[in-house]
Amino acid sequence: MTQFKKRLQIFLFPFVLLAVAGDRCLGMLDDGLDALRRHGLGDWPAALLLLLPAVILLSLFSLYPMGASLQMSFFGGRHGEGDFVGLANYTEALNNPDFRRSFLVTLYYVLGVVPLTVSLSFIIAFGLFKITRGRGLLRSLYFLPYVTSAVAAAMVWRSLFHPQQGVVNLLFSYLGFSPQNWLLEPRGILHLLSHGWIPADLGPSLGLCCIMLFDIWHGSGFMIAVFLAGLSVIPRELEEAARMDGAGEWRLMWHVTLPLLSPTIFFLSIVGVIKAFQAFNSFYALTHAGGLPDTQNLILYVYAQFYQYGYWGYGAAVATLLVLVIVALTLLQWRVLGRKVFYS
Amino acid sequence: MKFNRLLLYLFLCCGAFLALYPFLWMLGASFKTLNEASTPSLNLLPKVWQWSNVTETFRAAPFGLYFFNSFLVAGSVCLSVCATSLMAGYAFARLQFKGRQLLFFIILGSMMVPFELTFIPNFVLISRLGWYNSYAALIVPWCVSAFSIFLMRQAFLALPRDFYDAAVLDGCGHLRFLVRIGIPLVMPSLVTVALFAFLGSYNALLWPLIVTADDSCRVVQIGLVAFYSDAGARLNLLMCASSIIILPTVLIYFVAQRYFVQTTMGTGIKG
Repeated sequence: MTQFKKRLQIFLFPFVLLAVAGDRCLGMLDDGLDALRRHGLGDWPAALLLLLPAVILLSLFSLYPMGASLQMSFFGGRHGEGDFVGLANYTEALNNPDFRRSFLVTLYYVLGVVPLTVSLSFIIAFGLFKITRGRGLLRSLYFLPYVTSAVAAAMVWRSLFHPQQGVVNLLFSYLGFSPQNWLLEPRGILHLLSHGWIPADLGPSLGLCCIMLFDIWHGSGFMIAVFLAGLSVIPRELEEAARMDGAGEWRLMWHVTLPLLSPTIFFLSIVGVIKAFQAFNSFYALTHAGGLPDTQNLILYVYAQFYQYGYWGYGAAVATLLVLVIVALTLLQWRVLGRKVFYS
Repeated sequence: MKFNRLLLYLFLCCGAFLALYPFLWMLGASFKTLNEASTPSLNLLPKVWQWSNVTETFRAAPFGLYFFNSFLVAGSVCLSVCATSLMAGYAFARLQFKGRQLLFFIILGSMMVPFELTFIPNFVLISRLGWYNSYAALIVPWCVSAFSIFLMRQAFLALPRDFYDAAVLDGCGHLRFLVRIGIPLVMPSLVTVALFAFLGSYNALLWPLIVTADDSCRVVQIGLVAFYSDAGARLNLLMCASSIIILPTVLIYFVAQRYFVQTTMGTGIKG
């Protein structure tokens, strides 16, 4: 035992030395900063020291690219070797049928995923809030899809929705429905549901709906956690007072819980829309780099134009258009939804 | 009332089962024979557990190398994000200097710059620096996160000022206070920042896809996509690879979730 202790001490000795030396260095730095402060420089030297790495990296990889991207979008050609073409990239994008198609796909996706994820997460969080036993465990289980890699999970979903080998079609055949092509189906879901009454190219395709389903599954854990945090800070007295006044469960929900939770709903829908416009992993991994126009969203389109074909300027122009749409929609949401938010 | 409660539990458990079903199926299929995995059935468990699938997966593609790369990249990103956001968060919360508000708003504003606007110029920048297909390209652009800086600033603002005053009396300056007293006190927020940084880097796909060219610095996500195109027909091995890739994140999440919950509650993302 003493032998072991001795070895441990020898092993730990360098680390202790290092810690002491580090502390001394910090102390000397502190003394230096203190001397500078006494010369009337205030906290500036310390702030410079602490902020320098963050500011350099942020301006290099986040602020500079914003300007650079805008500049690139005015140049034609491939691999950044073209001439100045003004707004030609933008007009070309707006007239390009592929761009319009992928814009429509993105729009369907956002309109489908965000409201469904928010409402589903609210229902589950509300249920979890009502129970006491096992709440922590169930919340962790619901959160699990969110921390897992979208690529690995997409591989599983592809197998579950496989037309021949998948479990989903097996269940469908048990229930007496005809098997579907799921992710590989380019026809619209409305077309399939109406038995061909509605034309096949109207509305989102069945493949796109599967991608939406995947992202609802993958993203709801985060929203459930945020909703639970929001629910737990609602003051109990208000609910009790409403109950005293004879409000039923439904009226309590509509007139007390939901208004008090509106800041959370507002936050989640704004973040949700921004994230949904930028979805890439699920689209890429579920369709393997797409190819099918009915499941190609704008980010995949930018990726293909930029990386596979080398149209840097055109890709940057499409990205800029996408960002403009996101900003416009966020502002619109802010105006329309923001007015209904109740801040206590 | 009791019946209602039972119904609620039933509903929540069904939901949890649906949320977990893909994972259960994946784990089962990882240890099935190829034939068993590719025939559709509701049996989650394999008839005979094929433990050899694990070694076979590592033989079929260089997953060992991919894992080394992924952990190296995600670990470095995690440590650097922690360091930069601790430092910047402390400066914004505790130091008095001119232009603090302005700088803070610029950093918050950079949070709104979406990834699609930055990845094309960033790729060009990385190639000009000669970092294409290297670890630096995967690590350096992600070493700062504006959101983490914001979180750490909130954590430091929540500390009582008296702690600092007492430390100064004992001869501490800002740096020593930050390292010896600040860090232990903001641990819950720091763990959350570390968790998100690690997961974000480990699960990233688009950026590694753009800046890597061959196996030498490919991460697991890219490796899995490549494995799918090479060996898509070997479903059991594909599922085994997916399980192995998901496993570390799940373990890390379960270890760190105590802190994570505390922070979501504490910062109160209330709007």
